[in-house]
Amino acid sequence: MKEKPDVLQGTLALMVLKTLDVLGPQHGWGIARRIEQISGDLLAVNQGTLYPLLLKLEHEGSIASEWGASENNRRARFYRITVTGRKQLQTETRDWEQTAAIIARFFEVKAEDLP
Amino acid sequence: MKFLRRFFIRLSNFTTGRRTEQRLQEEMAEHLALQTEENLRAGMSSVEARRQAALKLGSAPAIREDHHAEQGLPLIENFLFDLKYAVRMLRRAPGFSLIAIAIMALGIGATTAIFSVVDATLLHPLSYPRSDQLVRIEDDLPGAGALDAGLSVPELKDFQRSGIFQYVSGDWSISGNLTGSSQPLRIPFKMVAPNYFALLGVNPQLGRTFDPHDETPGFNLEVVISDGLWRRAFGGDPHILGKCLRLDGDAYHVVGVLPAGFRDEGRTTEERNNDVWAAAGFAAVPFPPPVRNSRFTPGAVARIAPGMTVATAQSRVDALVASLQKQYPADYPIQSAWSVRLVPLKESVVGNVRQSLLLLQGAVGLVLLIGYVNVANLLLARASARGREIAVRQALGAARSRLVRQLLTESLLLSLLGGLAGIAILFATKGLLLRMVPDSLPRVSDISINWSVLLFALFLSVLAGILFGLAPALQASRLNLTAKLKVEGRGATGSGEQARTRRVLVVTEFALSLVLMIAAGLLLRSFWDVFNVGLGFNPQNVMAVRTRLPVPNDPKTNIYGTAAQEAVFLREMLRRSRTLPGVEEAAVGSIASVPLNHSRNLNELILEGRDLRGNGPPLVEASTVSPGYFHLLGIPLLHGRLFTDQDNENAPEVAIVNEALARAWWPNDNPVGKRVKLNGLSAATSWATVVGVIADARTESLEEAHVPQIYECLFQGTNDELVLFVRGRLDPARIADEARVAVQSINPELPVFGAMTLPGVVSGSLSQRRFSMEGVLLFALTALFLAALGIYGTISYLVNERTHEIGIRLALGATRTNILGMILRQGLELAIAGSAAGLVGALIVSHLMAGLLYGVSPTDPLTFIGVTLVLTAAALAASYIPAMRAMRVDPLMALRNE
Repeated sequence: MKEKPDVLQGTLALMVLKTLDVLGPQHGWGIARRIEQISGDLLAVNQGTLYPLLLKLEHEGSIASEWGASENNRRARFYRITVTGRKQLQTETRDWEQTAAIIARFFEVKAEDLP
Repeated sequence: MKFLRRFFIRLSNFTTGRRTEQRLQEEMAEHLALQTEENLRAGMSSVEARRQAALKLGSAPAIREDHHAEQGLPLIENFLFDLKYAVRMLRRAPGFSLIAIAIMALGIGATTAIFSVVDATLLHPLSYPRSDQLVRIEDDLPGAGALDAGLSVPELKDFQRSGIFQYVSGDWSISGNLTGSSQPLRIPFKMVAPNYFALLGVNPQLGRTFDPHDETPGFNLEVVISDGLWRRAFGGDPHILGKCLRLDGDAYHVVGVLPAGFRDEGRTTEERNNDVWAAAGFAAVPFPPPVRNSRFTPGAVARIAPGMTVATAQSRVDALVASLQKQYPADYPIQSAWSVRLVPLKESVVGNVRQSLLLLQGAVGLVLLIGYVNVANLLLARASARGREIAVRQALGAARSRLVRQLLTESLLLSLLGGLAGIAILFATKGLLLRMVPDSLPRVSDISINWSVLLFALFLSVLAGILFGLAPALQASRLNLTAKLKVEGRGATGSGEQARTRRVLVVTEFALSLVLMIAAGLLLRSFWDVFNVGLGFNPQNVMAVRTRLPVPNDPKTNIYGTAAQEAVFLREMLRRSRTLPGVEEAAVGSIASVPLNHSRNLNELILEGRDLRGNGPPLVEASTVSPGYFHLLGIPLLHGRLFTDQDNENAPEVAIVNEALARAWWPNDNPVGKRVKLNGLSAATSWATVVGVIADARTESLEEAHVPQIYECLFQGTNDELVLFVRGRLDPARIADEARVAVQSINPELPVFGAMTLPGVVSGSLSQRRFSMEGVLLFALTALFLAALGIYGTISYLVNERTHEIGIRLALGATRTNILGMILRQGLELAIAGSAAGLVGALIVSHLMAGLLYGVSPTDPLTFIGVTLVLTAAALAASYIPAMRAMRVDPLMALRNE
């Protein structure tokens, strides 16, 4: 069986931010689940690695967290994106798009295109 | 920003010990619950649902660890943990820790001590702002055999106008008799240009200094005084400004007091401790007329124009010199090869102590290095004892980098404790150490343990920790796990690599000590040779006391202005001195007549009827002495006669030369009856007849046997600085007071000071040599001790390791002498390898320090062989103790232990 690829280093933070930006406040499991769903279950998030990352993002001020009630009325920690986080998301999105565009051009290039 | 915010939150978590483990716990529980629910919805059995949820979450301890690491600062946390462990390790082996700390303390303390001297003298010799722009201007006339011959006033003016310098100032150190307080004092007095303090960049603590644009050609009767004189003579009077200071009978007005820390520049201690400064134009009375070839100011200091370096200034000075030579060909004959040198003021202050200090710093550095090696050796021995512990840690999953970090923390802790102890010792013994430093070093009073010295000690400690910690740490982390665990279980020999490293370390140590010992041996022999040179004069039972006659600015008021006037005083002084208790002989001379006083009194010697090929007259050392001088010092007469009382102010002038001068100028002729003229500061212009030749004596320098010298008769000229010599059974404690009473009963205004015993002067002139010799010898002995300790340690270790083997050998019939020989041979092998390496190093070092040697060649075989033997003997002695232990091994016990 082919292994599902792990999430690339550094991209998980971007995915977390984007998820929170689009879907609003989420708890840890929700974030992990959404990332998997969005990736069409192509990615396997080793869900535990998410928590240290969430703490790091919180330390950096990109997200904030507070206790709340989950859908089945249990106590859960909810994370939401902050203004700083949005800004970070914007820059990182731009960076990614740029990188992706460059890579794409390399894939498309053919010998006869080159002068 | 982001990074900082994260860091500070982690730091605050770390320091407050805040933990959010509980939060993570809850979050993970909730996570698992949600995932399990989803799994159940997907149709799994409840057991399977829980299992899959847990799998998906991943390893809980790993998450917790990552979370924890993100929470605080794991690097610091680990460091503190290592530190705690290191302290525990040090306390568990107190003997080892104490020895290692003591060695480090010794090495770092000594190195820092020498560094504090180097820091004050070599690195910061001047305390003036932008002092690298300050130079001394020296005139050389190599054609006439004169270096640093002094400058003339027109030359000073040329330099001032040249645009090369911001300021130029002649400086002429003289002295004056300060009267008006309880005792007349002779104080150092310096005449400088009005811009002198602007040049140095010094501001007074009270009043003002001189106006740098003052153009008074002669003397300006204003003085600036030192803080020391202000306190000594005026009790720190706050209303000192405008008060009158009587120097040689002339009234000067105090216009300023310099700050307490100010030290003047100058080449001698006396110049640097100057007390009174007067501004002068050097161009009118009382100075001689300003002509080009009258170089009466002994020197000049200058501040180079801003933005110019010493090198560019020098090249522009060279151009100026060339054009002046064309302009004034009569004053600068081609043959005298006039040139002008700019010497950085720093150099001229530090001068000849540089080499001695660097030697000491090098020596102490070697001791430190040997100390490092020794501790590394100890650590290595301990690392091998701890091999099992480290193997177990590694087997349990400790990362290699983590192990290295932990072992380095231990060695750093050790070296920092050593450094701390070293600094503590330094502070405790500061007074004692400072007393060892000769006063002739510049800026002795500024030697202190300051921040840069402390920083240096810290640097040494950290370097030590890394150097001697790294080798054992790397080795320990590289060890072969299974082999170690298996072998250690049975407690047998350590690895071959370890033993090899230890041997290399001991050989290094031995080689370094040999280098030091040979350097010390050569210095010791030089010192011994200088100490034992035939002086050519007899200092025993001779004391000297100084006095000084005033020289008022107006020659008409000078009561000692002529030879006849002064002779009356001199004869009376001699008569009264001879009646002092215990005095058998008395003589008087000029300051230059004091043996080994290091003052130069070079005079132009003109020989009658001799054309000196246009080179200009040679310069020779000249002094003035009374008739009894040569007999009192025991300098024998070779030809002619000595001075007599009949050679007085009314008789024709006479001179006595020494053998060296006679040989230089009348090699095939009898100098007696020849006529000479001396032209110096005390411009004697009439011919004097040579009446006698005396034997050469080392009165100028212990190192040089044949310095040409000429003597004039005291009664036939004038001298202001006088020295009274008395020989007999004297009480050194009382002679100064007795002489004072005798002199002041003739003239109560005369200062009497500077009492010295001639044996003291002779030993004093050895002080710098003694300082470097004693220092290097002390370090060499320390090194010898450390090297012996190193060999002892290594051989003991080898014997311990081989106890089992020795047991077998004995059981198989080896005699105890065989065993003794076997162990001693190992020590000897180390010694021989060390000697071979050390001899090469010593040859290099001894050539580098050739300038400090006297009477012994840098490759002196006696020293080289002797020191090697001593060191080898020490190595054998150090191996003997463990060898004896090996000899006494009981084969039964050794084998049964197995």
